[in-house]
Amino acid sequence: MEVFDIFLLEAILNGLLLGGLLALLSLGLNLIFGVIDVVWICYAELIMCGMYAVYYLHVQYHWPLLAAMAAAVVIVAVLGVILHQFVIRPVLGAEPINQLLVTGGVLFFLQAAATLAFGIEFRNLGVTLPSIRLGEMSFSAARLVAFCVALAGMLGMYLFLSRSYLGTAIRAISQDRAIMPLMGVSPARIFVLASALGGALAGLGACLLVLQYDVHPAIGLSFGPITFLICVMGGLGSMAGGFIAAFVFAQFISVGGFLFHLEWGYVLAFAFFIAMMFWRPQGILGRR
Amino acid sequence: MQMLSLTKVCAGYSGFQALFEVSVEVEAGEAVAVIGPNGAGKTTLLRVISKLIGATSGEIRMEGASLARVPAHEVVSRGIAHVPENRRLFPRLTVEENLRMGAFPRAARKRYGERLEFVYGLFPRLEERRGQPAGTLSGGEQQMCAIGRALMSGPKLLLLDEPSAGLAPVVVQAIFDLVRRICAQGYTVLIVEQNIRQVLKVVGRAYLLEAGRIRLAGNSREFLDSQEIRKTYLGL
Repeated sequence: MEVFDIFLLEAILNGLLLGGLLALLSLGLNLIFGVIDVVWICYAELIMCGMYAVYYLHVQYHWPLLAAMAAAVVIVAVLGVILHQFVIRPVLGAEPINQLLVTGGVLFFLQAAATLAFGIEFRNLGVTLPSIRLGEMSFSAARLVAFCVALAGMLGMYLFLSRSYLGTAIRAISQDRAIMPLMGVSPARIFVLASALGGALAGLGACLLVLQYDVHPAIGLSFGPITFLICVMGGLGSMAGGFIAAFVFAQFISVGGFLFHLEWGYVLAFAFFIAMMFWRPQGILGRR
Repeated sequence: MQMLSLTKVCAGYSGFQALFEVSVEVEAGEAVAVIGPNGAGKTTLLRVISKLIGATSGEIRMEGASLARVPAHEVVSRGIAHVPENRRLFPRLTVEENLRMGAFPRAARKRYGERLEFVYGLFPRLEERRGQPAGTLSGGEQQMCAIGRALMSGPKLLLLDEPSAGLAPVVVQAIFDLVRRICAQGYTVLIVEQNIRQVLKVVGRAYLLEAGRIRLAGNSREFLDSQEIRKTYLGL
């Protein structure tokens, strides 16, 4: 095989596109962990809810696609707040394992509830975006859109976190929660805000995923674990670390899948993850 | 005019009472010290004023208004800024971001620019290091940053918890000079210190807190002349 294979380049570029999407997914989870110190194991199930929201509003109720997507972002943001107020808040002082288990419980609750409500059929949005040809390479426009929107979403989040008072408070609270009231900040309100933002990011991820994948009650399982592992590999709570890890992971999946076989990409990516855990258990930019 | 008054305040942590019927008054424009040995309840006294912990009984008033129903995060909007023990900067935020956090209350945001200029005027070192993570500052610079952060809210009353703790002797001197300058700016200051000799030179009045009770109150001169203080705390 030649080194500069055009199809290898295609695989690398596809990995880049996938990386952007994975980075967006991990950003929400990292934000929640960084601020509240709790892992939303059910994060991908919130995304699943968002995908159903887009599907039903657009296909069943004939909303324009963009309106359905905007509504889905709001719906999942509200779900995030509900999750925080009713499930997370009561266990804020509990052992981490209990917090993990309770959000794990929500994962299966949402999955089962979705099965009950929507059935197990795979539902397709019915929107087909063309593929874009670039020389001999071809890319899915849906992926390209997802990549651009994900980057824009992350840029927006970066500006919010670095420039605004609330964003600065969100970063500060993960460094010293106890003195936040001395700054005039109510930690409880920041938690609600972060939950809404984390939910909104999950909703945005849902809009991008539903363009590429059929939605079904168990869809969360196909990218929930990856999202979580990316966060761990980047250093849980480190948004920059998650960003890097997402692109590394995506390259393993895409290039590994191209060089060997599609499924091999995942095998290699997870083997790499395990090796990383030996070499750098705190994650790429983790602090512990 | 009375700025702050505590009347028979009791407070503590679960299963442990730290303050017993403590009464303290601070007049506007005054600098007052609370001195006493380790574990006397000095830090608890400041924490109960800024409502980081609740009083179990007694009353706290700021400019005549009770703080009983004011939640902790609104105390700063009543004009009380607390520089906590060990400074407690946000280590991975830059110096300027730490100062921005001090201006978080809505009313303070409007005057962010002018106060930032004021704080940088007071501490030119902070301006030099504005973009640096606060965790990389020296101890003295961190104390300046913590005081600057508190000033960003535009307080009437500044609570200082052991500003000289853990600093080199030369730096301690600089910090006390600084406290003197802040008092001269017209801020009302309530300062908790272990460095008794130094703090008595800066403040006008002092309270001696021992085992959670006020044992002595008076002006600095009286404290410096008191046999008990000289023997127990100044080693004379």
